[in-house]
Amino acid sequence: MAHEYIPIFIFLAVAGAFPIVTLIAAKLVRPESPFKEKLLPYECGIDPVSDARGRYTVRFYIVAILFVLFDVETVFLFPWAVRFRQLGMFGLAEMVVFLALLIVGYIWVWKKGALEWI
Amino acid sequence: MNGGFSEFFNRNDYFLITPAVLLALFGCGILLIDFLHDTRQKFMNALTALVGLSFVAYQLIRIQNQMDAVQMPELAGLNNSLLVDHFAIFFMLVCVAATFISVLISVRYMEIEHENHGEYYALMLFSLLGMYFMITGMDLVTLFIGLETMALSGYVLAGFLRGDKRSNEGAMKYFLLGAFSSGLLAFGFSLLYGISGSTNLQTIAQALGQRSSGDPLASLALLTTVTGLLFKVAAVPFHQWAPDAYEGAPTSITGFLSTGPKAAAFAFLMRILLVGLAPMRDSGWKPMLIAVAIVTMTVGNLAAVTQNNTKRLFAYSSISHVGYILLGLVAGNETGLKGIAVYILVYAFMNLGAFTVLVALRHGNVIGDEIEDLSGLFFRNPGAAVMMLIFLLSLAGIPPMAGFLGKYFIFLSLIETGHTGLAAFAVLYVAVSLYYYMRMTVMMFMREPVEREPLTLSPGIRIALGLTLAGTVIIGLYPEPIIQLATSAILR
Repeated sequence: MAHEYIPIFIFLAVAGAFPIVTLIAAKLVRPESPFKEKLLPYECGIDPVSDARGRYTVRFYIVAILFVLFDVETVFLFPWAVRFRQLGMFGLAEMVVFLALLIVGYIWVWKKGALEWI
Repeated sequence: MNGGFSEFFNRNDYFLITPAVLLALFGCGILLIDFLHDTRQKFMNALTALVGLSFVAYQLIRIQNQMDAVQMPELAGLNNSLLVDHFAIFFMLVCVAATFISVLISVRYMEIEHENHGEYYALMLFSLLGMYFMITGMDLVTLFIGLETMALSGYVLAGFLRGDKRSNEGAMKYFLLGAFSSGLLAFGFSLLYGISGSTNLQTIAQALGQRSSGDPLASLALLTTVTGLLFKVAAVPFHQWAPDAYEGAPTSITGFLSTGPKAAAFAFLMRILLVGLAPMRDSGWKPMLIAVAIVTMTVGNLAAVTQNNTKRLFAYSSISHVGYILLGLVAGNETGLKGIAVYILVYAFMNLGAFTVLVALRHGNVIGDEIEDLSGLFFRNPGAAVMMLIFLLSLAGIPPMAGFLGKYFIFLSLIETGHTGLAAFAVLYVAVSLYYYMRMTVMMFMREPVEREPLTLSPGIRIALGLTLAGTVIIGLYPEPIIQLATSAILR
């Protein structure tokens, strides 16, 4: 029973040791000459103007949430499309129900104006 | 009912999920039809919801009749992940009734708050949909998804007064602690799955039965699962979210949260404890429940005494009622389980009745959630004051009212199983509870009203008062049919 898990423990050990070993090896091998411009966060070559943790409009969140919702829909559609013949009419009916529920949500979101960037 | 659509889904499965299908259809329908109504027609959404709820109740009774027709105590579906028995039908009907009354009392209240949106009623139906799977589920995954569907709708409903700071704060606390407790529960479920290799409650019970009593893994699974469950029913020491959530939520939703989801949460708790964790009763969850019930009654009753906000007061009173209901599980015999069923049914009526009166107080700038807002209610609307008195007496458990019946069976079951000390303790706290209920009565009958003008009641509130009063008084005076119904609804 227990020996079935030995590969997992080996994997864990290797995965844990890898970053430590590489970091230490890089530290030993690389030349070190830090200066201010080099340590700046890279922002398309322009000097950064503000902190990354600033406030930005809540609309981004709405867009992000809607994107996740309708993106997950595609995740479900893909395996269904691959196994379409095996699932048959029942699979089609189930997917229609699933899509109908999503379309209700889509119409609701649209009518509520969540897709408008005011 | 043979034949079917596929090997995974047959006619029987469809028949058993029709109540949920109806709720989903009506909920989505309300969301869409809402766009066609202008602001003055929003009450139509409530009517749609009421029609939907009636259909669901009818469908539940059809399922019950089908069960009787084939002479089966239960109907299983969806590969045994769903089990509809008399217990499930009973609790689901309580939830439907609670939702029905909550919809009735919401219309005028939400109009005054200018938050009369269709989503409000749709969310109530979605919440009820979740309750259906919490009550009928036999599989950890089904149960958990039902719980989350119910809870997520509840969080939004609690925060529905977007302009109100308290509503936002209450909803946030409710959400954070709800998410935390769901996580705990999911952890317990994962351990149960690890022990048994199955998500089915009956298989889990078999696997747990083969373990020795002090098994550490099983003990950890028990501890996390029971803690998660106690969070959901707001038992002390896992109750902190309840007063804030109840205070901030719209009053109609406070009434809803303290009855419908609570009934479902108890059905959920009983299903898991009495089926899945049944082998761990005597050495496992029974001592835990005894301790929790004692602390819950103590904190609930004593904290309620000092409250000046009626919604907070009812939150603590509802916590103390949870303590009494848990005692029925401690006894665990037939009388105790019957007592829980009766108690939850009666509690739904009397508590929603009291909340109906509180909702009726909302007008103009008066929110009606301070205890002073009740002052002189008798002179402003004698009928409402007398009904409130009846609900309060019933909540305290005074004999001619229905509330007595629930307490009677719970205490009787404790005495039958030899927990006389616990019974005496519980009776003592009834005296404490009488104090804070009567404090409200003193306000209503013996104080001068702050406002002179009489209080008018909207049609929805009148119907709700009629229903809850009928439930509280008729069950109290003629309990026989309800007792029979509850006896048939014992979880076996």
